[in-house]
Amino acid sequence: MTESQTSTRIAPGTRPGDAPLLEVKDLHVEFRTKAGVAEAINGLNFTLHAGETLAILGESGSGKSVTAQTIMGILDMPPGRIAGGEIRYRGDDLLTMSEESRRRLRGGKIAMIFQDALSALNPVMPVGWQIAEMFRVHHGMKRKEARVKAVEMMTRVGIPAAEERAGDYPHQFSGGMRQRIMIAMAIALDPDVLIADEPTTALDVTVQAQVMRLLKDLQKEFNMGLILITHDLGVVADVADKIAVMYSGRVMEAADVYEIYGKPGHPYTQGLLSSIPRIDDEGGRLRAIPGLPPSLTDLPSGCPFSPRCEFATDRCRTERPELRLIAEGHLSACHYAEDVYAGTATRTQRPSPTGAGMIPVSEEAPE
Amino acid sequence: MSEMHKAEARTAPIDSQLETSGKSEQKTEEASLLADAWRSLRRNPWFIVSAVLLLIFLTMAVFPQLFTNTDPRECLLSRSRQDPSGEFWFGTDVQGCDYYSRVIHGARNSIAIGFIVAIGTFIVAVLLGLVAGYSGGWVDALISRITDMVFAVPYILGALVLLNALQAFQAQGVREVSFVLIIFMWPTMTRLMRGSVISVVNSDFVMAARALGAGPITIMRRHILPNSLGPVIGYATVFTGIIIGAEAVLTFLGVGLQLPAISWGLQLSDARQYLQTSPHLLLFPVIFVGLTVFAFMTMGDAVRDALDPKSKK
Amino acid sequence: MTRYIIRRLLQFVPVILISTLIVYALVFAMPGDPIRALAGDRPMSDAVRETLREQYNLDDPFFVQYAKYLWGIISAGDFGTTFNGRPVSDLIAQRLPVTATLALVTFVIQTIMGIIAGILAALYRDRFFDRFVQVATVTMVALPTLVIAFLMQLVFGLNLGLFPIAGINDGLISYILPALAMASVSTGILARLVRSELLDSLTSDYVRTATAKGMKRTRVVTRHGLRNSLIPAVTFIGADLASMMAGSIVVEAIFNLPGLGEQVYRSIQAQEGTVVVGIVTLFVIFFVLINLIVDILYGLLDPRIRYE
Repeated sequence: MTESQTSTRIAPGTRPGDAPLLEVKDLHVEFRTKAGVAEAINGLNFTLHAGETLAILGESGSGKSVTAQTIMGILDMPPGRIAGGEIRYRGDDLLTMSEESRRRLRGGKIAMIFQDALSALNPVMPVGWQIAEMFRVHHGMKRKEARVKAVEMMTRVGIPAAEERAGDYPHQFSGGMRQRIMIAMAIALDPDVLIADEPTTALDVTVQAQVMRLLKDLQKEFNMGLILITHDLGVVADVADKIAVMYSGRVMEAADVYEIYGKPGHPYTQGLLSSIPRIDDEGGRLRAIPGLPPSLTDLPSGCPFSPRCEFATDRCRTERPELRLIAEGHLSACHYAEDVYAGTATRTQRPSPTGAGMIPVSEEAPE
Repeated sequence: MSEMHKAEARTAPIDSQLETSGKSEQKTEEASLLADAWRSLRRNPWFIVSAVLLLIFLTMAVFPQLFTNTDPRECLLSRSRQDPSGEFWFGTDVQGCDYYSRVIHGARNSIAIGFIVAIGTFIVAVLLGLVAGYSGGWVDALISRITDMVFAVPYILGALVLLNALQAFQAQGVREVSFVLIIFMWPTMTRLMRGSVISVVNSDFVMAARALGAGPITIMRRHILPNSLGPVIGYATVFTGIIIGAEAVLTFLGVGLQLPAISWGLQLSDARQYLQTSPHLLLFPVIFVGLTVFAFMTMGDAVRDALDPKSKK
Repeated sequence: MTRYIIRRLLQFVPVILISTLIVYALVFAMPGDPIRALAGDRPMSDAVRETLREQYNLDDPFFVQYAKYLWGIISAGDFGTTFNGRPVSDLIAQRLPVTATLALVTFVIQTIMGIIAGILAALYRDRFFDRFVQVATVTMVALPTLVIAFLMQLVFGLNLGLFPIAGINDGLISYILPALAMASVSTGILARLVRSELLDSLTSDYVRTATAKGMKRTRVVTRHGLRNSLIPAVTFIGADLASMMAGSIVVEAIFNLPGLGEQVYRSIQAQEGTVVVGIVTLFVIFFVLINLIVDILYGLLDPRIRYE
C-alpha cells in the first residue's frame, strides 16, 4: 500500500506544511464470527484537515460505520479487533495511547453524531442533562453552570424555547429536533474533529436539508474537520470537499468532489453515480449496480468489485488493484482506472436479465 | 446460476452477514424455525439434563414396577421408621412400608395432576387469550377484568379454601385437586396468551393477510395461532412443574390428596412429625419432588428460549 | 398523574369486591355447618346455636351476609369476630408483625442478593462468576419453595444446627431460614433479569453514546447502563412483594411461624370463615395496592410511560 501517496496527496488544495488533523494509515479491522474472520476494514488510508469535509461514501457493509467507530474507540471488542494500522490525531497515535488520554480526547476533541438519535440518546435522562454531562465530566462544571451552557448549546443548534425544553426527554422531541440535540451534545466542547455517521438518514427529506445546513454552518464557525459518513450521494454533493468511496472495507476512489462527480475513475463510482435518478433522463429505467457486495468472510482474491464490474478481466479476478494516483489529486484502485477516467474502457460483461449477476458480453445474443 | 445462489447468501447487510454460515437453506420459514429451535435445544446442557430426568420420572409414573418389585402397600408395623439399609434403600415409613417403593409410586399422582392441569389450563388460556386478544373492545375488557379478579386471589389460598369446602364430600382425588388448581391458575397463562396474540395481531403480516381478504377464522388459525403459541408452550412446560409443586404443597397442608393415596405431599406431611428422629422420611420425597419440578421448569425454560427468536445469544 | 391514580383506585374497587366475594362465597356458601364445626363434639343447645347464627348473619341470604360484612369493615373497621368472640382485627394485629417481618427480611435478602449477583454476572460475562450465577439461578428458580424450605431445615437446621427450624423464639435469627426459602425463587429470577437487562443496555446505542462522550467506564455503567436496566427489576421486585403474603402460607406452615399465613391455614381447617375472609381480604387489598404503587413507580422511573 502506498501510504505516502495517499496521505500526502489525497487532499486536493492542502496547504503544504499544514499538519493533518486526523490521519488514518493502513487501518485493518476484523470481526471474529462463527463463519470465520470478517475483514471489515482492510488497508484504509485517509487524511483530514481542519475546516475540511471528507465524505465517506459506501453501501451498507462497506465498512464506513466501522471506520467511524474505530476512530472514536467505541468498537465492540470482541468481536471486533484492530488488526493493524495507525490513527493519528495531530500526530499522536490514538491506537497506542493510554485509555485515559484517549478518553479525554473522546467527546472533547473528537466527537460523533449517530444516525438514530432516538436510540442514541439516553431515554430516561432529560436532554439538557445529557448535554450538560459533557461540561460536567470534561470541564468539571457544577450542575447549574453546566445546565446554563447546555441551554446555550440547544439555542445554538436552533431548538426553540430551549430553556423550557431542556427538562424534556428524547421521546418528546421530533426526529429533526432530536438530531439537533445530538449535534449540540457533540459540538458542546468545541471539538476539532466531528464524525457524523449517516446524520440525516433517519430524517424526513425536508428536515434533512435543515440539519445538513446546520452541520455545515457549525463546521465553518468552529473550523472543525468533518467526516461525513453516508450512502446518500445527494447529501454529499452539497457539503463535501472531498470524497472517499468505500467498498468491502477499502477505499476504491478518493478525490475532490467535482472530480468524482465529473470524471469518476472507478467503475464502482460510475455505477453509483449512474444509479441516481436524473430529471433530464426522461422515462428511462433506473440503472442499478447488479449483484451484491461480497461476503466479508470470503473476499475474492482479486478486486472485490470484479464480480459486479462491467469492465472486469481475468487480471481483475486474480490481482488486487492498489490505490494509485491517476490524475492530479485523484486516486483510484482499479487496474483500468485511466481508461475508465477517459471513458474508453471496454465492456467485458453485462448484467444478467434478473439483475442478480453478470454474464459475459461475448455470450450476448445479438439483439 | 451459482452466481445467483451466492448472491442470495449475500443479501444481508454487514451485521447479519457476520452470522451467515454460508449454507443457504431452502426450507420454509416455519420449518427452519423449528429446526433452529431443535438445533439450539440439542446443544443446551440444561435441556439434556432435564430431558433425561423427565424420561426417568415419566417412566416411573407409568411403569413403577420397572423400578421396584416391592408392593408399596405391604407394610409391617414391627419395622416402623427404620433407617435406610441394604434391604430398604430409603428405609421404612411409620407404617413400616418400604419407603423406596412408596416414593417411586408417588410419581404417578404428582405427574398426572401436573399434566391434567397443564393441559386444561392450556386449553382455557389459548381459547380465552385468542378471543380476548383478537376481538379487543368490550370482549377483551370483560375477559381481562375477570382474569384480574381471579389473579388477585392467591392460588394457594383459593385452592385451600375450595378444597377444604370439598372435604365435606370427601372428594379429594386426582380429579378434584386438578379441577381446583385449574380454577385458580388459569389467569397467568391466559394473560401471556393474550399478550402474545395482541403482539401478533398488530404485526404487518396479519395486516397483509387482512388486506388480502382473509377471514377472521383463517387469520386466527393460520397466522395468529401458530405465531403466538411459542411463549405459551414454553410456559406450559414450566407450569407443569409449578403445578406439581403446588399439589405437593396442598397435600402437605392436608387439603390435597388423602390417604390411602400414595403421594409425595402426603409423605412430606407425615414426615414432619419425625423430622428430628427420622429425617430420611423427609429427605427422599423432597428430593423426588425437587427433581421432578426442576426437570419440568428447566425443560420449559429451554424450550421457551429456543422458540423465541429474540433470545438468541 | 393524580387523575391516573384515582382512576386506577376506582378500577380496583370492583376487583377487590369481586375477589373477596369469591373467597367469601367459598367460605360461607359451601355445605357444612360452621356452627357445628365450632362446637366440635360437644353438644350444643338450640338456643345457643340460634344466637350464634344470628351473630354471624348466617340466616340471611348470602348477598345480604356479604353486604353486612363489607359494611362492617368500611364503617367501623370491623372484620367480625372469631368463634371465641375475639375481634378478627385484633387477631390480625397480633399476627401481622410476624408476616411483615418475614416479608421484609425476604425482601431485603432477595433484592440485595439478586441485584448484586445480576450486575456482577453481567460485568464478568462468560467468566467463572457468571457461569456460577447461571447454574445457581436455574436451580433456584426450578426448585419450589416447599423443597427449598425442607432442604434448609434438614441441612442448616438439623445437620449443621446453625439456625432454629421452627417458631420465632430466637428473635430475628428465627426468620433467616424461612426468609431464605421464600427468597430463593425470586432471587434467581431477579439475578437473571438484572443480568440480561444490564447486558442489553450495555450494548445499547445510548451506552455507546455515553462512551463516545468520553465518560469513564464506571460512569457509563452506573449512570447510563444500570439506571435503565433497573427499571424492569423494580417492577419485578414490587410484583413479587405483592405476592409475598400468599407465599407466606407455605413457609409459615413449614417453619411454624405464628403469622397471618399460618393463621389462615388453621382457620380454613377450622372453618372459621370470618377469620379466613378477613385475612384474605387484607391479602388481596395489599396485593392490589402494591401493584398500583409499582405501576406509578415505573412511570416515575421511565419517562416514556405516559398516564392517560
